[in-house]
Amino acid sequence: MGKIQIQSHLPGVFYRKADPDSPTYKNDGDSVVESDIIGLIEVMKSFHEIPAGVSGNSIKFLIDNGAPIMPGQAIAELDGGEE
Amino acid sequence: MSINSLLIANRGEIAVRIIRAAKELGIHTVQVYSDADASSLAVQLADESFNIGPPIAAESYLNIDAILNAAIETKVDAIHPGYGFLSENADFANRVVEKGLIFVGPDGNSIGQLGDKVKAREIAEKAGVPTVPGSKGRVEDIEAGREILLITGFPAMIKAAAGGGGRGIRVVHNVEDFERYYPQAAAEAKASFADGGLYIEKYIASARHVEVQFLGDGKTAVHCFERECSLQRRRQKVWEEAPALVLTEKARQKLCQSAVDLAISVSYSGAGTVEFLYDEASGEYYFIEVNTRIQVEHPITEMITGIDLVQAMLRIAGGESLWFKQSDIRVHGHAIECRINAEDPSKNFLPWPGLVNSLSVPKDGSVRFDTLLYSGYTVPPYYDSLLGKLIVWSEDRDTCLQKLHHALNELDIRGIPTTIPLHIALAKDKNVLAGNYNTDYLEGWLESNFNQLEQASQGGV
Repeated sequence: MGKIQIQSHLPGVFYRKADPDSPTYKNDGDSVVESDIIGLIEVMKSFHEIPAGVSGNSIKFLIDNGAPIMPGQAIAELDGGEE
Repeated sequence: MSINSLLIANRGEIAVRIIRAAKELGIHTVQVYSDADASSLAVQLADESFNIGPPIAAESYLNIDAILNAAIETKVDAIHPGYGFLSENADFANRVVEKGLIFVGPDGNSIGQLGDKVKAREIAEKAGVPTVPGSKGRVEDIEAGREILLITGFPAMIKAAAGGGGRGIRVVHNVEDFERYYPQAAAEAKASFADGGLYIEKYIASARHVEVQFLGDGKTAVHCFERECSLQRRRQKVWEEAPALVLTEKARQKLCQSAVDLAISVSYSGAGTVEFLYDEASGEYYFIEVNTRIQVEHPITEMITGIDLVQAMLRIAGGESLWFKQSDIRVHGHAIECRINAEDPSKNFLPWPGLVNSLSVPKDGSVRFDTLLYSGYTVPPYYDSLLGKLIVWSEDRDTCLQKLHHALNELDIRGIPTTIPLHIALAKDKNVLAGNYNTDYLEGWLESNFNQLEQASQGGV
C-alpha cells in the first residue's frame, strides 16, 4: 500500500478552508474519498474547490494554507485505498 | 492647493493609466507595490516606488496602515485609489484626509452614502429614480435573506454591499441555489472588499446595462453621457461601447440628468458613475448602483468626449472648479472597449497567470491599449485577470467595428491564454454587429459558440 500524491492542476494560492472563519476541509490523518473537497485554489480572484480525486487514509498536507502553488505541485499525500 | 506629488494606491493597468495622467500634469508619482509586483510596469514607470508588503491583497493593497505609512515616508500630498481595493472605502478616504493628504475622489461622506449600494438605493428612491425590488438594506444573515426572497421571487441576485465589478454577485434560481451561494458570495465580498455585507434584489432579465459618467467639483456636476456594458459574463463586463446603442433621446436625457441630480445631492467631488438597467421593450430604467471611483471602462467616454477623466480627477482633487459647462460636452463618434483577460475562453474562462513571452500592440492613432503588460513580464496569480483594454474610436459604429476587427487581429500576446479569441468571434457576430444584445446575450452565445472558441484558441498561442 503505497503513498499517493494529490497534485494541483492550477496555478494560484492554496487554502485549506472555504473562508477564514470556516473549519479546515481536512486535517492531517483524516481519511478521504474521491469526491471530498480537500482545499480551495484562488486563481486571480476566482475560487476553485479541489476534490481529492482519489480515496485513501492518513492524508498529510504538503503545502501551507495561503501558499502559492503551481500546476503539478503536490498538495497532499495519503495511504492508498484497497484497489 | 494643486497636487505636486501623488501616491498610486493600486496596481495593474489602472496604476499605469494614473501614472501617465499624473506625468502629463507634471505631478511626481510614487507607486506602492506588493512583493508580487516589484517588476510591474507601474513600478517601472513611476518616479518612485515603495514596498507595502506581501502579495495577498489584504496585507498590501487593502492594508490602510501600510499605504498611509508609504504616503508619509515618501512625503506625497495626494493618494489616487484607482478602482477596486480601497477605492470605495470611506474609512480609507477619511484617514487619508486626517493625515493632511488629498484623497483623489469624493469625500468619505459621499463614498459612505453612494458607495454603499444600500444607502445609494435609498438616495435614488428619494430622488425619484426607479429602483429594483429587493432588500431595503443589508441582509443581516441567511435567515433574513430567505425572507427577502418572498419579495423578490426567483431569479434573485445576491450582491456585495461594498462591491463593484461583478465581484460577490450570485444569481439564484431556487432556494437550494440560495443556500449554497449565499456563504460563497459573503466570502468573496469579504476577500475582495474587506466587507462581507450583502443585499438581495430581483434579477431583471433581458435588460441592457447603461451607465452615466459624471464629474463633480463639490458645488456643481456635469455628465459625460453614457456607456453601454451589456455584454457580460457572470456579471463581469466584457465589452463596452459609448454611446449606448438603443436609448431614445428622451431616455438618454432622463438617465443623464438623474446622475447629475444624485451627484449634486451629496456635493460630489471627482469622477463617478451611476449604473442603470434599461428595458428596451418598455423604455423603463432602474437604478442599480453608484460607483464612486474611476471605472475600468472610462476610456470609451474619454474617446467620445475628448475629456481626460483621470486628469480631471487630479485637477478637481487639487481644488479646481469644473472648467467646462454641460453644454461644452459633446459626443463625437463611437468607441468600443474589449477587456483582454488572462483567461482561457476554451476552458470556461479559467484564469491562467504566467510569463508573457512577447507582446505586439496595434499602431493606429485611434486605437489605444491600456495595459499592465510588457514583453517578458510574468503575470502573478494573486490579483484579477485583467491584462489590458483594447479601445477603438471611429466616426461611427460601423467603421469602429471594422477598426476593432483589425486591431484585435494585430494585438498579439504570447505565452498565456487570453480572451482575444472571444473578442474576435464577437466582433464577427451578426447580433453584436447589429447592436442586438442584452445582459443575458453573451452567456447564451457562449453556450452555442463554444466550439468556435475552442478551435480559435488552439490555432492561437
